[in-house]
Amino acid sequence: MSTDESKVLDRPSYLRDGYTLRSWLLTRDHKRIALLYMFSITGFFFLGGAAATIIRIELMTPGADLVDARTYNELFTAHGVIMVWFFLIPSIPATLGNFLIPLMIGAQEVAFPRLNLASWYVYTLGGIFVLITLIAGGVDTGWTFYTPFSTLFSNSNVVLAVVGVFIVGFSSIFTGLNFIVTVHRLRAPGMTWFRLPLFVWANYATSLIVVLATPVLAMTLVLIAFERITHVGIFDPSLGGDPIFFQHLFWFYSHPAVYIMVLPAMGVASEIIPCFARRPVFGYRAMTYAIMAIAVIGFLVWGHHMFVSGQSMYASIVFSLLSFLVAIPSAVKVFNWTATLYKGSIALSSPMLYALGFVGLFTIGGLTGLFLAATAVDVHLTDTYFVVAHFHYIMVGGTVMAYLGGLHFWWPKIVGRMYPETWARIAAVSIFVGFNLTFFPQYILGSLGMPRRYHTYAPQYQLLNDFSSLGAGVMAIGYVLPLAYLLYAMLRGQPAPPNPWNAAGLEWQTSSPPPQQNFDRTTPAVGEPYDYGRSTPAQGQGARTPEGAQS
Amino acid sequence: MNEQPETVFHSASALGAQVDTLFLALLGITGTAALAVAATVVAFTIRYRAGSKVNRNDPPVRAPWVEVSWTVLPLLIFMGVFAWSSAVFSQFYRAPSNAVRIHVLAKQWMWKLEHANGKREIDELHVPLGVPIELTMTSEDAIHSFYIPAFRVKQDVLPARYTSLWFTATRVGRFNLFCAEFCGTDHSRMHGAVVVMPPAQFAQWLASGPIEPDLVTRGARIYRDYGCSGCHEPKSTVHAPGLIDLYGSVVHLSDGATAVADDNYLRDSILLPKKQVPAGFEPTMPSFQGQLDEDDLAALLAYLRSMPGATR
Repeated sequence: MSTDESKVLDRPSYLRDGYTLRSWLLTRDHKRIALLYMFSITGFFFLGGAAATIIRIELMTPGADLVDARTYNELFTAHGVIMVWFFLIPSIPATLGNFLIPLMIGAQEVAFPRLNLASWYVYTLGGIFVLITLIAGGVDTGWTFYTPFSTLFSNSNVVLAVVGVFIVGFSSIFTGLNFIVTVHRLRAPGMTWFRLPLFVWANYATSLIVVLATPVLAMTLVLIAFERITHVGIFDPSLGGDPIFFQHLFWFYSHPAVYIMVLPAMGVASEIIPCFARRPVFGYRAMTYAIMAIAVIGFLVWGHHMFVSGQSMYASIVFSLLSFLVAIPSAVKVFNWTATLYKGSIALSSPMLYALGFVGLFTIGGLTGLFLAATAVDVHLTDTYFVVAHFHYIMVGGTVMAYLGGLHFWWPKIVGRMYPETWARIAAVSIFVGFNLTFFPQYILGSLGMPRRYHTYAPQYQLLNDFSSLGAGVMAIGYVLPLAYLLYAMLRGQPAPPNPWNAAGLEWQTSSPPPQQNFDRTTPAVGEPYDYGRSTPAQGQGARTPEGAQS
Repeated sequence: MNEQPETVFHSASALGAQVDTLFLALLGITGTAALAVAATVVAFTIRYRAGSKVNRNDPPVRAPWVEVSWTVLPLLIFMGVFAWSSAVFSQFYRAPSNAVRIHVLAKQWMWKLEHANGKREIDELHVPLGVPIELTMTSEDAIHSFYIPAFRVKQDVLPARYTSLWFTATRVGRFNLFCAEFCGTDHSRMHGAVVVMPPAQFAQWLASGPIEPDLVTRGARIYRDYGCSGCHEPKSTVHAPGLIDLYGSVVHLSDGATAVADDNYLRDSILLPKKQVPAGFEPTMPSFQGQLDEDDLAALLAYLRSMPGATR
C-alpha cells in the first residue's frame, strides 16, 4: 500500500462514517442515499437491458422463434416500465443530483434528509411490486397501459404493475420536493440564482415538472385499477367511459416525463463540456431560460402523441404548433454547447467523450422529433419504429450517455478513486457506435412502415432489424465495461485528488470523497459559475497512469 | 401473391405524394442542421484541441446578435414547416364528397370489411384505382389502428365510436395493411392487404361471388323490423324527430347545444338515446344497445345516409 493510499483510507469521509449495514440503511446523508439509489437503478438497468436483449434476439428473424407472442409482449412491457420508471426517471436526479446538489450550492445536506431516505424506500417498495409482477407472470399492456385493452381485455397482472408504478411515482415526488426546497433555502452565502451551476438549474426545473405532473399519473393509474376491479365506466366506452380520455391523462404526465429524463442530462453536459474545453459555458443566461422554457412548454405538447387517436383536427394542429415551439430552446442549448468549444482548449477525456456523444445523439433525436411534430408526416410515422428510434435517441442516446458521462466525471469525487481512462474511452466509443448501429436502422424501418410492438414482421424488414440486433450487442459490451471498471475503481483504483479535472464548482473544493458534513471549512468560496479560462489544461490526462492502480 | 415492398419516397396514394414531399423537405432541413452541428463540433475539437497553437484570446461568453439569430432563424423555419404540414394534414379530414364508402370492423385480431353492395372481405380490401375511398371504422374490442404504409395513412379504430379515413390509390398493386396500435397477444399478426385494381376489373370483382343484399336494403329492413319506422316516419302519430335530410345537418339539442348529425351522432342516438336529445322532443326512445350488432348498425347508417333518396 502506497502512502497516498493510506492517506485516503485514513481521512474521514462519508464512506468511512460507519461500516454497518444499519449505517447505510438508516443513513440520512444525501451522499449515501445517492449510492443506495445508484446500486438500485443499476440493478433495474441491467434487468430492463436483459429484456431488451431477448427482444433484439427474437427480432433477428421475421418469424416467431425464441419466445411466443404473449411473452414477447410482456418483455417489451417490462423493458419499458423498468427503464422509464425504475431507471431513467430516477437516474441522474436521484444519484448524481442527490450527491451533488448540496455540494454544488455549498450546503451540508438536502432540506429534508429523512424524506430523502423515505424516497429510496418508496422506490424500493415500488420496485418490489414490479418484481412480483414479473414473477407472477408479467404484464402485457405496453408501458403506456392504453385503455380499454388494459382495463377490459388484458388478462395479465395489470393491477400489480400499476400499483408498483403508482408507488414509485411518490419517490420522485419526494426527491423533487426536496430539491426545490434545498435550492431555495440552502444555498451558501453568495450563491445567487445566476451563479448556480446549470446542473442545479436543470434538476430544479425537473423537480418542478415532477411535482406538478406525477400526481396526474398517480390519479390515472388509480382510475385504471378502479375500473379493472369495480367495472365502473371511466375509460370503457361500453359503460359510458372514454378511452381517449385515458390517453390525454397519460400523456399529460408522460410527455413532461421525457423532459424529466432529459433536462438533468442537459445539466450534466453543461458541467462536463466547459471543464474539458477549459472555458466558461457560452450563453449561461440563455441556457437557464432555455431550461425553464422547456419545463413550461413541455407541459403543453402532450397531444402530439395523439394525432391519429381520433382527437379533433384543431387540437392536433395546436399541439403541433406547441411541439415546434418546444424544440427552439433545445436547439439553443445545442448551439450553446457547440459555441462553448470555440476558443477552448479541448481534451477528449472519457467524460468529454460521453458529453459530446450526448450532444450528437440528442441532436439527432431532437431533429427527428420535428418529423413527429409535423402532423401530416406523423400520421405515417407514429406507432412505427421511427418513434422507437426517436425516443431512444433522446432517452438512451441522451440521458444514459449523459448519466454515464456524469458518473465518470464525478466518480473520483464519489468514491475517491480514479478509474482506468483507457477502458472508459473504449466503453464510450463502443456505446456510441453500438447505439447508432442499433437505432439508426430503426428510423429507416419506421419510414418503411414497420409498426412497433411487433413480435413478427414482414421479411422485407429483416436486414435492418439484423443491423439493429448486431448494434445492440456492441452496445451491451459498452454497458458492461463501465460496470466492471467502475466497481474495480471503487475498490482498487488510484486515490483521487480533491479536484482531478481542475474543475470549477464547489463540489471540487472539498476532499474526495467528501466528509460527512460535505465541507471541512464551514463556507466554501463562491464565485462566478464556470470560472475557467485561465487556459490551464485539464489535469488527469498525463498526471496519472491510465490503467489505474499499480499497488 | 406478396405485398409490394415498402419504399420511403414512392407512395401509392394522392395525399401520400404530398406527405413524401414534406418528408423529403424535413430530411433536407434536419440533415443540413445535423451535419452543420457535427462539422462545427469536429472542427472546433480539432482546431482548439489542448496544446494547439491558435488564438484563444477573449473567448466569448455571450453574443446577443448571434444568440438572437440562432433562436429566430429556427423559429421561422419551424413555423414554415408547421404551416405546410397543417395544410396537408387538414386534407386528411376532407374526404371528397364523391368518395366510395366502405365499412371496417376491427376485432382481435382481424379486419372485417364490407362494401356498399354487401360484399364482405376479411383481412383483404379491394379498391379501385383513382377513386376516393372513405372508410368508416369501429372496433369490437380494444383500440386498433388501420395503417396502410404505402398510402401514408393511419387512423386509430375505436370501440363504440366511428372514426374515418380516406385515400385515393394511385398505383395498381397489393399493399401491406397493418394494425399499428398495440391490441393484445397477436397484434403483429393482425395484418392484411389492400389490393388496388383498375376500375373495370374492380367492378367485375365487386359483382362476383356470393353477395348479400346491399347495405341500404338491409338497413331499410332493420328500420322496419325493429320498429324505427313506427315513430320516425313522417306520417307517424308519435312525436319523434324526422330522419329525412337529417344526415349531415345541424341538430339543436334540448340542453341548448348543437351537434352535427354524423355517423357518431346517429350511432349514439340509436344506442344511447338519452345522451343527446333534440330540442323539442321527449327522451322516450328506447336504447337498442345489445339488440343491434356492428353489422346491423353499419347497414342502418347506410340507410339513414340514403334517406332523402329513399323516401322521395
